[in-house]
Amino acid sequence: MSTVPVPREITTQPRRSDRVFRRIVTAGGLSSLFILSLITIFLAYRGYEVLRQEGFRFITSSDWSITTDDAGNVVESHFGLAAMLVGTILCALIAVTIALPISIASALFLNFYAPGWMKKFLVAVVDMMAAFPSILFGIWGFLVLMPSAEYWAKLLHHYFGFIPLFQLQPYVVTRSPFVAGVVLAIMIIPIITSVSREVFSQAPLDRIQAAYALGATRWGMIKAVVLPYGRSGVIGGAMLGLGRAMGETVAVFTVLNIVFQVNWHMLLGVGGNVASLIILKFGDASPYEIKALMAAGLVLFLLTLAVNAIADVIVKKTGKSGR
Amino acid sequence: MSTVKPTRPWVASKQDRLRDALIFVGAIVFTYLLVEVTPLKGKLAYFIVFFFSLMIANGFTGGLRFGFPAAKDAIIKTLVAFGAVVTVIPIASILGTVISKGYKGIKLNLFTQDMSMATPTDPLNNGGILHAITGTLTLVALALIMSVPLGILTALYLTEIKGRFSKPIKFLVQAMSGVPSIVAGLFILSAVLYPITKSYSGFMGALALTILMIPTVARTSEEVLNLIPQDLREAGTALGGTQWRTVAMIVLPAARSGLITAMILGVARIAGETAPLLLLTGGGDKVNPNPFSGSMGSLPYYIWKSFNAGSEESITRAWAGLLVLVVLVLFLFTSARFLSTRKVSR
Amino acid sequence: MTSLSDVANAVAPRVPGTRALGTGLEARGIHAWFGKHHALENVSLDFAPGTVTALIGPSGCGKSTFIRTLNRMHEFIPSAAMAGEVLLDGKDVYAPGTDVTKIRLQIGMVFQKPNPFPSMTIGENVLSGLKLAQLKVENKDDLLEECLERAGLWKEVKDRLGAHGGSLSGGQQQRLCIARALAVKPQVLLMDEPCSALDPGSTLRIEETIRQLSETMTIVIVTHNMQQAARVSDYTAFFLSDGGPGQMIEVAPTTEIFSRPKDKRTEDYVTGRFG
Repeated sequence: MSTVPVPREITTQPRRSDRVFRRIVTAGGLSSLFILSLITIFLAYRGYEVLRQEGFRFITSSDWSITTDDAGNVVESHFGLAAMLVGTILCALIAVTIALPISIASALFLNFYAPGWMKKFLVAVVDMMAAFPSILFGIWGFLVLMPSAEYWAKLLHHYFGFIPLFQLQPYVVTRSPFVAGVVLAIMIIPIITSVSREVFSQAPLDRIQAAYALGATRWGMIKAVVLPYGRSGVIGGAMLGLGRAMGETVAVFTVLNIVFQVNWHMLLGVGGNVASLIILKFGDASPYEIKALMAAGLVLFLLTLAVNAIADVIVKKTGKSGR
Repeated sequence: MSTVKPTRPWVASKQDRLRDALIFVGAIVFTYLLVEVTPLKGKLAYFIVFFFSLMIANGFTGGLRFGFPAAKDAIIKTLVAFGAVVTVIPIASILGTVISKGYKGIKLNLFTQDMSMATPTDPLNNGGILHAITGTLTLVALALIMSVPLGILTALYLTEIKGRFSKPIKFLVQAMSGVPSIVAGLFILSAVLYPITKSYSGFMGALALTILMIPTVARTSEEVLNLIPQDLREAGTALGGTQWRTVAMIVLPAARSGLITAMILGVARIAGETAPLLLLTGGGDKVNPNPFSGSMGSLPYYIWKSFNAGSEESITRAWAGLLVLVVLVLFLFTSARFLSTRKVSR
Repeated sequence: MTSLSDVANAVAPRVPGTRALGTGLEARGIHAWFGKHHALENVSLDFAPGTVTALIGPSGCGKSTFIRTLNRMHEFIPSAAMAGEVLLDGKDVYAPGTDVTKIRLQIGMVFQKPNPFPSMTIGENVLSGLKLAQLKVENKDDLLEECLERAGLWKEVKDRLGAHGGSLSGGQQQRLCIARALAVKPQVLLMDEPCSALDPGSTLRIEETIRQLSETMTIVIVTHNMQQAARVSDYTAFFLSDGGPGQMIEVAPTTEIFSRPKDKRTEDYVTGRFG
């Protein structure tokens, strides 16, 4: 019987310059952890008083009022985010529901259907639009898109009014979550398109050719090879868009009626979103109300973190098959 | 010597193109007639009827020629093409509106004056955006200085050190890119402005923009550094270079143009950012060269303020401001694209 | 000393073109270009039904390009162009108004690297061609078994048809790809270096499969491996590029190519003097 030798341990003693280098880079790499923790800590610290006073009502009630006496001292205050949270989620979901199919279609068109010159041009245009500032979408949405979007809302109500989601009671169509959702959709379409196009273009050529060699049409090939391959990436892109839509401030503020009332009827001109609430109230907020806004910011922050975490899990789960 | 000419039998023939054009024109005519005859009206009706008639016509011809799969393929082709059209229409509309409404507000005094002696509702020949342009440039420069080192160090950690924090940091960078801009603003408000400086300043705004810019710089740089072939690093180490010298003298120079692209994309991301500036900078109307004290104007703030003033002049001002901002972003973006065509220099 | 010709002679010579399988595949004056680069010049080759034709030659001689013009896979390269005719049952596959998907159904292809669809199970992979081309078939299970049987894979996978294609070994994956190509019942099967990514054992299994398949269909195989050409093919065509476009130097029954080639360059190549 031969003895199995114990593996030798190999140690590398890095030079001092390298140790310093690695330490600096690691410190820099941890900056994101540092910043994200600080955001949580500071917002929680500033919002603590309000959060303790309100408890769970902060996210379940939708009463936002402050009563002060003549000297400006707070007599009574209620802070509830429920309406704004519902509005945030509703607007973002409308946006993603509209944007996702359109984005997938245009990403497929760009990759597999468009002739060469058109592809180059359109890719540049779409990528460029993904970099447009949100204030541009907000003002354009308010001045140009809103009249059309309100007309579409009326059509939706007219033809699909029997579905509870499209009900309109009372009949107020201006500045509804639907309009905000459309503006947000236009804002995130380029983002989701960009991400999807990137993923689709990485679909392995040998599998694409195998599908064609089996007599597939272009669509058959896409269904068999490209979509399974790109699924996780598209979901990641959609989640990115969802996060963008939830955190958007000015583009929503300009086109939405901010009303403290929980409203799931997307065509009704009542809604809000946490980010636009903060801008609305910040201007003339008392120090105490600022604390409530900080708490609202914390809730929004945690919400977007949760979306990102879910996206991460989904992408990892779906990523394995199809690759 | 061969005299055979290369041909491409698979390219659509004249006949095919003529047929496609006929279908296209036919669908337009049909749509027009249908919308005129029936009580349908409006742009939306034209669009939808055209879409369906084109889809059906294409599907039908495809099916007649090659059977059911070809019909399906033709229908899907029409569908995705319309997806692309729906994507492009808003872009065209946005660019068209910004240019047509903005150019009226573009006067020489726009670039030579600030708003300290004017209000947004004044006639357009009074006051300008000098303060906003200088302010935005200052904010962007400060954010650039602060975010680029942190972003590139993060990317270096992910590509060169690959330590045990790699996975969590990857996730955190992604999470950070999802931080709503208003939250970044509130954070600086709560962590720096209230306890330390207690007053608005450009620097506060730049801090918030830094938070928003780091993830863009980090992710793009990571992609670029990953493109640098591993052999280069090994060659550096094999020649006796320490890791630090290999990175500094081989890896980073090789990735230089890609890293510049990362910076430009980061700047494009934040140049139009509005929400945090509303909370932090105070939005002065006067040119303020000192970012550390006094309120500071910026293009987004100016646009926001003019837009909310609501008069005809002020809204024209807002469009003019948007036009300048869009030109700035487009310029940055185009240069980034131009550079990124050669991400890794050889 | 055993030479390659001995290997070729050891294989019992088969009489080509006698099995009645309908008419065959014929290439007439094929040229191919990539942009300005003239890659293939004036190749005419007749593939008799029921035979195996091997295309041999050094790298860059245009044999892969040639095989890809046969089922119109050549056109996926953006700058590609061609001239000449490919006749399948007497009809030009490049004629205007031809449904290219039907051509590819009749002329199947197996690639260099095994490429099963990873999102599908083994069973789904075999039947994927039917799904892609939307063909109806009466009894899927029978077809599945038949194709896997013909590809020599049935015994190994019959108990795990629901497993993913990626779970097989490289050689098994390649036979899965062959089964996949067989399921749409092509008349012709093109194989572009099907064994170059495989180990010798798997290569042998695939060669057995090719020999069995040749009884019912026309096979064209590109190979770098001269012993392989000698083992599996009835006819061998030798391609060569002397710096210019690739040309077909010589085509003959395999035994002749390896024992008494007509062209000096063929002789140099098959005896291993270059290439």
